[in-house]
Amino acid sequence: MSGPRRAAPGGRARVLLGLLLALLMLLPFVVNPYLLSVLTLILYLAYVGQAWNVMMGFAGQLSLGHSLYVGLGAYVSAALFVHYGVPPALGFLAAILVALVFGAAIGFLAFRFGVSGVYFALLTIAFAEFTRIGFDHFDWVGGSGGFFLKVAQRDYNDLVNLRGSPEMFYYLLLAMTAGCFLLCHRLMQSRIGFYWLAIREDQEAAQAVGIDVFRYKMLAVMLSAALASLAGVFTAFFNNNLFPFQIFGIEKSIEIILGPIIGGLGTLFGPILGAFVLTVLAEGLRGTMEALGVVLPGVKQVFYGICLLFVIMFLPHGIWPSLRRRLGLDSDGGR
Amino acid sequence: MALLEVRGLSKSFRGLKAVQDVSFDVTEGEILALIGPNGAGKTTCFNLIAGVFAPDQGSVRLGGMDITGLRPDQVCRAGIGRTFQIVKPFQQLSVEENVIVGALNRLHDVGAARERAREILEMLGLAAKRALPAASLTLPERKCLEVARAMATGPKLLLLDEVMAGLRPTETDHMVGVFRRLNEETGLTILLIEHVMRAVMALAGRIVVLHHGETIAEGGPGEVVRDPAVLECYLGEEAL
Ligand SMILES: Nc1ncnc2c1ncn2[C@@H]1O[C@H](COP(=O)(O)OP(=O)(O)OP(=O)(O)O)[C@@H](O)[C@H]1O
Ligand SMILES: [Mg+2]
Repeated sequence: MSGPRRAAPGGRARVLLGLLLALLMLLPFVVNPYLLSVLTLILYLAYVGQAWNVMMGFAGQLSLGHSLYVGLGAYVSAALFVHYGVPPALGFLAAILVALVFGAAIGFLAFRFGVSGVYFALLTIAFAEFTRIGFDHFDWVGGSGGFFLKVAQRDYNDLVNLRGSPEMFYYLLLAMTAGCFLLCHRLMQSRIGFYWLAIREDQEAAQAVGIDVFRYKMLAVMLSAALASLAGVFTAFFNNNLFPFQIFGIEKSIEIILGPIIGGLGTLFGPILGAFVLTVLAEGLRGTMEALGVVLPGVKQVFYGICLLFVIMFLPHGIWPSLRRRLGLDSDGGR
Repeated sequence: MALLEVRGLSKSFRGLKAVQDVSFDVTEGEILALIGPNGAGKTTCFNLIAGVFAPDQGSVRLGGMDITGLRPDQVCRAGIGRTFQIVKPFQQLSVEENVIVGALNRLHDVGAARERAREILEMLGLAAKRALPAASLTLPERKCLEVARAMATGPKLLLLDEVMAGLRPTETDHMVGVFRRLNEETGLTILLIEHVMRAVMALAGRIVVLHHGETIAEGGPGEVVRDPAVLECYLGEEAL
């Protein structure tokens, strides 16, 4: 059994990560538009997976309603843009702020009144559902009929207004994913990271060594919410349409958590690997079925379920911990 | 001067009086043992001091400061480190990381905390296991890890709840040696709950005996083991 890896990736890990980043930067020059859309999807799931991993993987607080923060980020930035012309380069700050308020409210309610475990998870679902229903009736942003942004002109890339080519969105997401990875890496080498892990492992023992458990859990929830809201900003301007039942749906929340679980909860690279494996397999399945002319609604969900089952049965800590060992990147014994 | 002053501490659990009107002092630099039969209320006493429960009545002062009703993390920062009778290691973290978490209580820099953790593991004889996950340790090793983690928080007063239980006599002697050295060299004050009389007699300058939540005897080891009340309800059963 191996503990979660968050100590400094050794020299080799650093080199491999550098190579991976270089590869991801070069890929848009060689792949076709379809593959670029698949890569974008992978990065998107990797990014939100990392955001969720902060709360669950590091601090041990299970959120099953993370679509809440994504949705809020999306609607806030889109509404500011459409109604007031505020560019997302500024609007993202408002998105973060709103997500922080919601995260703080949920965290405060739960942690002050001792709601934990399954009940905490239910609370997060409840908040996401209530918010979805709220937005269904929120006519200022289109209600259940949806909220739309003018489809982008593709002749030049405008990062301030997030109007541009698929390549621009891809590189933006790559920067976000890499930034989030570095942030998590730094955090997990600091006092905060150690405290989160201690809380995840045993709250009572954590308190006994002087950790203000409430404060550090709040920090985890709020940071996770803020990061997730940025994924929402991206989604809004990438897709140009928002529907409450889609963006706040429980399916979205489940999709967010699958990558980190399959890749390796509480690890730095797990969410990225998980997003890659899941997306590649799902796309492969879709392609095969299309080629065979088979139409089976809901097959993606069933497939996700099978992947999850497989990982839980054979790799309870996810793919990354065992892969890491095979790659000789386990620095635990080495230092 | 009394480092810890416990006054009239009482706590009931649904009608069961676990601790009743318990008072004692722990003088700076001393080692005081809290003994008594199973269910006497010893661990509950620790939990009241450490802030796990607020007492129904009574007060706890540390170095003259009232710490009654503070949260466990506040009590720890005030200078009390404690171990758990039923050990609570951070299972998936390595032995060293467990102790680093403790050391971060005083040292905010992880590098410094790691250095401190290594010193403590060295002192307790756990250094060889530092890279292993805590989950892989044997029970005596886990008890030892509890001590290391509590010591790492930099306490003025260390509360040890049956850390010698299950140790072999040679291991007990090693632990006794560690605590004695720590006490003599750093002046660390220790309050310990222990059933292993061999350790109690070797370490304690004074003993407080609890029975049914009440103090039934208090004094030097020599007096207490000859006390008729203590012999009857506790020590009589054991071959001393
Ligand atoms: N959290 C709790 N809730 C209910 N009852 C409790 C709780 N903690 C302790 N008790 C009860 O209080 C009494 C004293 O228990 P305590 O654990 O303090 O005894 P102890 O002296 O530490 O015993 P031992 O030597 O077996 O560890 C027992 O009857 C126990 O069942
Ligand atoms: Mg006990």
